[in-house]
Amino acid sequence: MIARPPLRVVALIAAPAALALGACSGATTSDAASGTSGGAITVTATDTTCEVSRTEAPAGRVEFTVTNTGSKVNEFYVYAEGDRILGEVENIAPGLTRTFHVELAEPGTYETACKPGMVGDGIRAPFTITGEAAAPRSDDENLTAATTEYQRYVASQADAFLAGTSEFVALVKAGKVDEAKALYPTARSSWERIEPVAESFGDLDPKIDGRAEVEAEGMEFTGFHRLERDLWETGLQPDSAAMADRLLADVTELVTRAKAVELNPLQLANGSKALLDEIATGKITGEEERYSHTDLWDFEANVEGSTAAIAALRPYLATADPALVATIDERGKALSDLLETYREGDGFVLYTDLTPQDVKKLTTALDAFSEPVATVAGVVARG
Amino acid sequence: MSGSTRRAVIASGAGAAVAGAAAGLAYAARPSAAAASPAAGGGGAGADAGIVAFRGERQAGITTAAQDRLHLVALDVVTDDPDRLRDLLTRWTRAAERMTYGAEAAPGGVVGGGPWKVPEDTGEALDLAPGHLTVTIGYGPTLFDERFGLADRRPEALRDLPAFRGDDLDPATSGGDIVIQACSDDPQVAVHAVRNLVRLGFGVVAVRWSQLGFGRTSSTSRSQATPRNMFGFKDGTANITAEDAAALDEHVWVAPEDVAGTAEWLAGGTYLVARRIRMHIEVWDRTPLMEQEQVFGRDKRVGAPLGGTDEFEEPDFTRLGTDGMPRIPATSHIQLAHHSRLGGVRILRRGYNFTDGTDGQGHLDAGLFFIAFMRDAHRQFVPMQRALARADALNEYVEHTGSALFACPPGLGPDDDWGSQLFS
Repeated sequence: MIARPPLRVVALIAAPAALALGACSGATTSDAASGTSGGAITVTATDTTCEVSRTEAPAGRVEFTVTNTGSKVNEFYVYAEGDRILGEVENIAPGLTRTFHVELAEPGTYETACKPGMVGDGIRAPFTITGEAAAPRSDDENLTAATTEYQRYVASQADAFLAGTSEFVALVKAGKVDEAKALYPTARSSWERIEPVAESFGDLDPKIDGRAEVEAEGMEFTGFHRLERDLWETGLQPDSAAMADRLLADVTELVTRAKAVELNPLQLANGSKALLDEIATGKITGEEERYSHTDLWDFEANVEGSTAAIAALRPYLATADPALVATIDERGKALSDLLETYREGDGFVLYTDLTPQDVKKLTTALDAFSEPVATVAGVVARG
Repeated sequence: MSGSTRRAVIASGAGAAVAGAAAGLAYAARPSAAAASPAAGGGGAGADAGIVAFRGERQAGITTAAQDRLHLVALDVVTDDPDRLRDLLTRWTRAAERMTYGAEAAPGGVVGGGPWKVPEDTGEALDLAPGHLTVTIGYGPTLFDERFGLADRRPEALRDLPAFRGDDLDPATSGGDIVIQACSDDPQVAVHAVRNLVRLGFGVVAVRWSQLGFGRTSSTSRSQATPRNMFGFKDGTANITAEDAAALDEHVWVAPEDVAGTAEWLAGGTYLVARRIRMHIEVWDRTPLMEQEQVFGRDKRVGAPLGGTDEFEEPDFTRLGTDGMPRIPATSHIQLAHHSRLGGVRILRRGYNFTDGTDGQGHLDAGLFFIAFMRDAHRQFVPMQRALARADALNEYVEHTGSALFACPPGLGPDDDWGSQLFS
């Protein structure tokens, strides 16, 4: 094992604590002096009551000092509509006092709650924020830039997808089976990199990427996987060339539409997660490429696409949650390094060459990467 | 144990009872949960709202009156960064403690994060009663290799169990760096606990194997009746119970002198032996009653030792039948496993019946998931299992397919967590 620089270790340890406090609230034990104007609002919590000294405050930072005089472990929450937590302090043992603050910038009605015993809805009371709303936050420049950058990425992949598909289609039509088989996994890579965007066109997706089971839904089996079957299983069929033409027409249509898509930052974040979900449900199982067994090509392309979306969001995330970026980087590298061990020539070993232990190793590394990536949307939504 | 320590234990026990009773009020006030209160598996303290104290001198889930359901998971650590592991153990402590109260794994974990965040709690236990949930942690021999700087903290007795005659162990369902045992009256509560802890661990640990158990096979309290195993017999009648403090100190808890030096962290803890014992159910089921009873050495109806009348009477291995042969065969399970035949060795059994569906050949994949706690597996479980593996008439009907040994640390004080306990 190579020793890591100590700084990085420190950053990693600090991460969970920072996350636990949330974006806009923080808790301390009572010995920290409270200096908010108007003073902290005191809360006296018992096993059956929750006395809040004031139920109104001007917009801005509001500080609460919560004392548990009951016999059960207690918690105190500030909720927005829909029980969304704006701030909380947990694990207040009997006899303990804890102070925390929460940013309540929007005038309106909120709810406070003590939760004796840590379970149930708690003892609720309305809480009002008065005065002027804090100036609306302007769109974060980094987020705007992220969508622009990612749309450029989608456009470039879409172009590459059309080029690759054209070449593949030409080989199929020329009956060059071996060359078509060699190109098949890489022609699909661009699709796999932008799969969530591509799949958002519900009418085109099954035509391009459907499996044999679409016939059970009364559809014709067309697209890449139909040609995959022809090339690997049945040999080229009388209608293979016609299928190739249809594939090219569908992909052309898809590329036009994909390049016109307008995305918001949240869609980038969710798309990044969706690509990893694709691996977990389709590639790691060997389901997607059931005739060619080239699933690891798709695996790599999905990871690359996911990483590209994160990369576009990176300037924003680097400020909003640097610890998360560090975790994503570390685990993304671990996953890529592991995938690299399955490389063979220009591509990868076939799925059928993987042992159950190999699949487990890949699954473990994918799980590790997917967990932090899944939290990106929550960070972006705060922006 | 010194007098002052014992007093402290008694005092903290009383405190737990008060807290439990108080929690009962909060519980009763929750209309959605009121209907779910299970009667079974009580902690022996009457109306305790289904909460078993998470902290204390010992970990819960060992002498705790055996709950009916089990979800046990063995994990491997997949990072080589000790700080990551320690941090996870700390986060696990918080989540496990919260869940034993019936609370979400994190505050507002189900919906409190708002629409865009991934929920921090998976939600299937929301509004369910705590169901006497206990979460017990243990560490396998492999955790003390060179990866985490723990090598010199490995207790001497935390070393692999030897092979036993007739073992058919699958490495994929044996061993592991860490074990988490979740027991509850409600299977959904136990599964929820394991699921959420596993989730917290992605990137640090990966599941190696897990086992669900649907019915307890042991009593760990005199207040509980002896349950039956999948062969239909009462087994483990002579178990050590929570009320027998002297036997616990002698046979279950690791004494400070057992782990003097750098393994002192385990003093007051115990070892957990897990064995997945597959039963050949269909073969057993076509075996005549007399043979079944001779295999166990017990009467099937009431569980009395053969020749006796009461389940709890001491077996008389000298008694002869009318045929002049011993009434309880020398190869019977009850005789081979009896402490009088093992130099006084006893263990605390806390196993579960399991059925993992069918085996692909149309037979039940069922059996006993043996769990036992003891002071030193190599001095207790090993001689016992050697004797059984050599001669037990039961061997014809069972097969050991999984095996693991873990060291379970003692309980946590008010400000401790599993990370600080193991690493400092």
